[in-house]
Amino acid sequence: MTLFPNRFVEEWIEGLGRLVLLAKEAVASLLTFKIAWRDLIYQIYFVGVKSQSVVLTTGAFTGMVLATQTYLQFHKVKMDTATLAVVSVGMCSELGPVLTSLMVAGRVGAAIAAELGTMRVTEQIDALRTLATHPVDYLVVPRLLALIIALPVLTLEAVTLGIGAGHAVSTYLLGIDPVWSWYHMQHYTTTDDLIMGLTKAFIFGGIIAIVGCYKGLGCGEGAEGVGRATTEAVVYASIGILITNFFLTLALARLLNVL
Amino acid sequence: MIEVRELRRSFGPHRVLDGVTFRIEKGESVVIIGRSGSGKSVLLKHLIGLQQPDSGDVLIAGENLRGLSERELIRVRRRFGMLFQGAALFDSLTVAENVAFAFRRDGSLTERVIAERVAEMLEMVDLPGIEDKKPSELSGGMRKRVGLARAIIYRPEIVLYDEPTTGLDPIVADSIDQLILRVRDRIQTTTVVVTHDMRSARRIGQRILMLHDKRIYAAGTPEEIFASADPVVRQFVEGVSNPKEVYF
Ligand SMILES: Nc1ncnc2c1ncn2[C@@H]1O[C@H](COP(=O)(O)OP(=O)(O)OP(=O)(O)O)[C@@H](O)[C@H]1O
Ligand SMILES: [Mg+2]
Repeated sequence: MTLFPNRFVEEWIEGLGRLVLLAKEAVASLLTFKIAWRDLIYQIYFVGVKSQSVVLTTGAFTGMVLATQTYLQFHKVKMDTATLAVVSVGMCSELGPVLTSLMVAGRVGAAIAAELGTMRVTEQIDALRTLATHPVDYLVVPRLLALIIALPVLTLEAVTLGIGAGHAVSTYLLGIDPVWSWYHMQHYTTTDDLIMGLTKAFIFGGIIAIVGCYKGLGCGEGAEGVGRATTEAVVYASIGILITNFFLTLALARLLNVL
Repeated sequence: MIEVRELRRSFGPHRVLDGVTFRIEKGESVVIIGRSGSGKSVLLKHLIGLQQPDSGDVLIAGENLRGLSERELIRVRRRFGMLFQGAALFDSLTVAENVAFAFRRDGSLTERVIAERVAEMLEMVDLPGIEDKKPSELSGGMRKRVGLARAIIYRPEIVLYDEPTTGLDPIVADSIDQLILRVRDRIQTTTVVVTHDMRSARRIGQRILMLHDKRIYAAGTPEEIFASADPVVRQFVEGVSNPKEVYF
C-alpha cells in the first residue's frame, strides 16, 4: 500500500531535481555562451509578437470584468471612485502577470515542448549532439532568454490595456466620475505594485521556458510521447506559476517592505 | 583510434549488446553487418557517446568516454561525423543550413566560403541546387544524402555511417560508396559503416565485423567473410531465410 505513493513522491522529487539541474545548466550557459542573435530574435518574435492578440484580449477583458465586479461591491458602500484603484493594483501585482503567463504557458510552453519533443523522437537532438553542439546552448538558452524578455513586456501591455479598458467601463458603462476615479487610481497604485508584477512575469517566463524545454528534451517515444510532453508542459508550467506566485508575493512584499 | 571493450547494454530487461569487443585503427574502414534489430545502430551511438553503456568501455584515441560530462563529450565529438539511419535533418532549417551547421556554430568561415563549400558538397552527393529546400520537401534517399553531406563537410577524423545506401537507387548507391572511399583516402578518415548491402560491404570494408547474438560473432577481411564456412555467416552473406511454415 505504502509503496505506490512512495515511488510517486520519489519520481516527483527526482523530476524536480532534474528540472533544477537543467535550469542551472541553462543559466550557466546563458552567462558564458555567446548568444546566437538570430535564434534569439526569432524566438522573441515567436513568443512576443505572436502572443499579442491573446494577451491583449486577456488583459482587456480581465480589466473590464474586474471593474464591473468591484463596482458592484463598492457601490453598496459608496466607494464607487475607488473602483479603478482596485483594478489597477490587482492588474499590476497579480492578474496581469499571472493571467498573461498562463496564456503564454498554454501557447508557447506547449509549442516548445512539442518542438523539442519532436526533435528528440526524430533523433534531431542526437544529431545536434554529434555536431558538437550542446542542446542547452542551442535550444534552451534562446527560448529562456526570449521568454524572460518577452513576458514582462507582454505583462506591461496587458496591465495597461486592462486599466484602460477598466477605466472605459467605469466611465461609460457604470457612470463613475472619471476624474476622481483616475486620481484614486494614481494615488493607490505604487511603483512597488508594478515592480512586483514585472518581477513575477520575469520569473514566470523562466518557469515556462524551463518546464517546456525539460518536458520536450525528456520526451518519451513516438507521437504519444510528444503528445504527453506537450500536455504535461502546460499543466506543470501552469501549476508551477500558480504555486510560485503565492510564495513570490510573500517574498517580494517582504523585500519591498510592504508587508 | 576506436577501442571497445566488453560493452554491455540493455533496454529494460532486453539485453541488446553483451560483451562487444573490437578495435579500429586510424584510417581504417570497417563495415559492421548484422541482422535487423541486432543492435548495430545502438553500437554506433555508443561509439560517439550518445548513449552510455551499462558496463564496458569505449576509448576514442585512447580517451575513455566513461564518466565524461556532456560538455567534455562535445570536445570528443568534434572528431566525429555521423550519418543517422533516418538522416535526422533539422526540419526547421533549410538544406544549406543543415549542411553548413558545423561551420555556423564555429563561426570561423565567412558566409561566402560556407556557401561555396555547401554547393560543392551537395554536388558531390549528386543533389546540386537544392540549398533552399526544406527537408520535408525531399525524398527519403535525398534526405539521407543531405545527412551524409552534413556529416562529412567539416572533414572529421572519424565518420560513422548508419546504412548510407539503404533506400537509394543502385546508381546513386554506387556513387555514395565511392564518395565514402574518397573521403577515407583523401583525408585519412577512420570509417565505420553499418550496412545490409553486401555489395557495398565488400567494396568499402577493409575489415568486416558481424554482430550476431549480442556480440561480435565474426570478423575478418571481406574475402574471409565471404568465404566463411560458418553457417550463420554464410546465411547472412547469401541472404537466405530459414524455411518457415508456408502460409500463402
Ligand atoms: N531507445 C530504445 N529503447 C528500447 N529499446 C531499444 C531502443 N533503441 C534500440 N532498442 C532495441 O535495441 C535493439 C537493437 O536496435 P538497433 O536500432 O540497434 O538495431 P539495428 O541493428 O540498427 O537494426 P536495423 O538494421 O533494422 O537498423 C532492438 O531490438 C530495439 O528494440
Ligand atoms: Mg539500425
